[in-house]
Amino acid sequence: MKNLLGIEYIDREEIELLLDTAEAMLEISQREIKRVPTLRGRTVINLFLEPSTRTRVSFEIAAKRLSADAINVSASGSSLSKAETLNDMAENLAAMNADVLVVRDRTAGVPQMLSERVRIPVVNAGDGAHEHPTQALLDVFTVRQALGGVEGRVVTIIGDIAHSRVARSDIYAFLKLGAEVRIAGPPTMMPVGIEELGVKPCSSIEEALDGAHVICMLRIQRERLEGALFPSVREYSQTYGLTRELLGLARPDAIVLHPGPINRGVEIGTDVVDSEPSRILDQVTNGVAVRMAVLYMLTGEGS
Amino acid sequence: MTRLRIAGARIIDPSSGIDERLDIDIEDGRISAVGANLAGIPEEVLEAEGLWLTPGFVDIHTHLREPGEEYKEDIASGTRAAAAGGFTTVCCMANTDPVNDSPAITEFIARRARDTASVNVHVIAAATQGLRGEIMSEMSSLAAAGAVAFSDDGNTIMDAAVMRRVLEYAGGVGRPVIAHCEDLNLKGSAVVHEGAHATCCGLMGSPGEAESVLVARDLELARLTGAHLHIAHVSAARSVEMIREAKSAGVRVTAEVTPHHLAQTDEVIRGYDTNTKMAPPLRTARDREVLRMGLADGTIDCVATDHAPHASYEKDVEFSAAPFGVIGLETALPIVLELARDHRMSELDAIGRLTHRAARVLGLRAGTLEAGAAADMTLVDPEAIWKLDPRKLRSRSRNSSFVDREFRGLALRTWVGGRLVHNSDDVDEQR
Amino acid sequence: MSDSREPAEGRERTAAGLTAGGPESQRSGPAADARPERVVLDAVAIDRAVMRIAHEILERNTNPQEIALVAIVRGGVAVAGLIGDRVAEIAGTSVRSGELDVTLYRDDVIGRGKRPIPHRTKMPFSVRGLRVVLIDDVVFTGRTIRSAMDAVIDFGRPEAIQVAALVDRGHRELPIQVDYVGKNIPTSRGEQVLFRTATGGGYEVVLQ
Repeated sequence: MKNLLGIEYIDREEIELLLDTAEAMLEISQREIKRVPTLRGRTVINLFLEPSTRTRVSFEIAAKRLSADAINVSASGSSLSKAETLNDMAENLAAMNADVLVVRDRTAGVPQMLSERVRIPVVNAGDGAHEHPTQALLDVFTVRQALGGVEGRVVTIIGDIAHSRVARSDIYAFLKLGAEVRIAGPPTMMPVGIEELGVKPCSSIEEALDGAHVICMLRIQRERLEGALFPSVREYSQTYGLTRELLGLARPDAIVLHPGPINRGVEIGTDVVDSEPSRILDQVTNGVAVRMAVLYMLTGEGS
Repeated sequence: MTRLRIAGARIIDPSSGIDERLDIDIEDGRISAVGANLAGIPEEVLEAEGLWLTPGFVDIHTHLREPGEEYKEDIASGTRAAAAGGFTTVCCMANTDPVNDSPAITEFIARRARDTASVNVHVIAAATQGLRGEIMSEMSSLAAAGAVAFSDDGNTIMDAAVMRRVLEYAGGVGRPVIAHCEDLNLKGSAVVHEGAHATCCGLMGSPGEAESVLVARDLELARLTGAHLHIAHVSAARSVEMIREAKSAGVRVTAEVTPHHLAQTDEVIRGYDTNTKMAPPLRTARDREVLRMGLADGTIDCVATDHAPHASYEKDVEFSAAPFGVIGLETALPIVLELARDHRMSELDAIGRLTHRAARVLGLRAGTLEAGAAADMTLVDPEAIWKLDPRKLRSRSRNSSFVDREFRGLALRTWVGGRLVHNSDDVDEQR
Repeated sequence: MSDSREPAEGRERTAAGLTAGGPESQRSGPAADARPERVVLDAVAIDRAVMRIAHEILERNTNPQEIALVAIVRGGVAVAGLIGDRVAEIAGTSVRSGELDVTLYRDDVIGRGKRPIPHRTKMPFSVRGLRVVLIDDVVFTGRTIRSAMDAVIDFGRPEAIQVAALVDRGHRELPIQVDYVGKNIPTSRGEQVLFRTATGGGYEVVLQ
């Protein structure tokens, strides 16, 4: 595996390899000294062209737990607005002599385009509405941890699927591991052609939740929506928000995931966030372990 | 000038229906004779067995970027690219900097063309001032200065009332209006076609309806005003259907399609290559099929490249930030020939879509090999196999959607007014 | 990771796909199973060695509460189990035990090295003040033990670290000693020493 640009490009075996590695990494995070020397002397660049504290910090912790050095490079605005080409960006990065590049951008395709211009492995930390592979990996890891496996489970993803990179990566990951994936959301937020991936679009949240093992709630991004895709936040939460009552339609042992940050009371009821089925905090812990596994795997010899 | 004879070529002249092996004589920059046993001894003979001799191609939709963006292309380099592609006449669009909405700019372009162009250049002026879609341009003065048509191409005239008046007034001036049909509201910030590929890539897409709603509107307005409406770069199946219907109802509409829309689909965006980003976007295989059929049955009158150069550094940015547009003068011929190879149309008709059908749309005297016409001709090797090497492009820009693709069919020689402006054997031919 | 092959069921997975053998694999050519082998320790001999090692450990570390038997995953797990049972029997009380995976501390992994999948570590206690006995099946170059020492020290400051191995086959590359050894077996570098389950039940050590 040379890069991690998206779950679309990796297979089931590679996913399971990363998850198994993440198990070991999780244990390290539970030790008193949360550090192993494995990436000693290695440098990770966190190139966050779209601001994000949570994911960046997660990658930073992951790097440091492996004894790697982490350099944070943030910039806002597009390459164009800085009048810098991707080639220029790649050359500047090359001068930093790093071992792995973690990239987040608000537009799709940037990690891939950079991977074609740099000589080091690239990890996609989220590119526009395209993919967020480490999020999907930690999501499937959390399901594996909570339910013992993913195969044959019913996974429901609810929200603004059209603009969600988490949704796309989750769809690929859960399908590749043998789950049945359902999606639900306002019709204005359903991307064209999504059924071709093998998911089952549901016409209502009730249909999507019925008998589900895993419920993934997507964040409603007020700031990212274009035009009027839904009339109001209130109406959204009334039609697509997850309440304790709706949660009852799922299996009794169902779990709830959310990539964060949560809009309490909008896409997810505040009581659901704090309830037993919620694995939201586990996701954060597992996120570091999964990212450690990714950094470990991509920096080996022959990468 | 000397008398040149091109001997033994297959003469394909769609304007007269000629498609046979004949000789052709050129004298004083004009075609003096076409026939089997021509009289007289020419000073120069070019043996052209196995090759085709066609009228020079006519591109009614090119962006030459001069004045204002000469770093992307200028009239000199753009027309060199045209000549290399077998074109002898191009029409340049008005979205220059400053916009060509005044006679002074039109005259400037015409003068620059006289001084520096390798091929004939006709000027298309803006339909509205500044391309803002609000107040119509001084069409009468622009026509007097030489403008052959009006277009806000690059922008859309979103206000129906404005479009109506533009059509009426242009009709009065006797020039067609070339419409860039792309509803900016439906398009939003879309960069590709709305479909499964856009979804997988996480890119914003706009559906074919972003085009067809305005095609529908403009067809209605053309019917209302009786003016000549020409639809630029048709890309969606529904647009073709509506144009076909309008034509049979007697509306004065013509249409063009680009080579890239005839050849490619939105599948190519998957690698995020910004050289697959243009407006209107590449659409589905079904759209492509309907476009090919539309060109074959004449619903779409001609091929026009929408040659849109951009500097490499402008394209080397995030997909959503990159400018829209691809070049196309140097790769149009082989794509059109493919349609003939697929038996959708005869070779005569295919060449016609590049020559007299295009000239006819704008009423240009071009695209013909009849005796007495200017010797604007192209010598074609229909079987030549070649690969697009960006470094060998004559255009100043490299933004082709066809890099590394193999083509079959090449313009070997191009003459404008009897003067050789392109020789594919000449490796030092100026870029 | 021990110097021996895994007991029959083990095959190591790495990022490059599934590959046979552990880190210091000398494996080359036809399957090792096809190579001529002889048993150097049979089940009876192993039992005797384990008994002796258990006694020695308790002699040297007089307070069983201070002992931590730490198996080096995966080769040392079975051996540590045997030793742990004996120690508990002799001491009359259970003794702390853990399993330590040293993959991420290996000198051929650190940096831009190999990428085998790490296994679980179970060290549910702090090693501070304890006398840690690292247990592996075979000690060879000593690199695994060094990695294990680094790992243990990351869990805290032990009172002492000692090493127990069923087999010491020589060829040290680092100054590592084995405090409790079942048997010293001289070998040449190209040979393999395997600790595995025996067909008749129990375990055996073979030299290939």
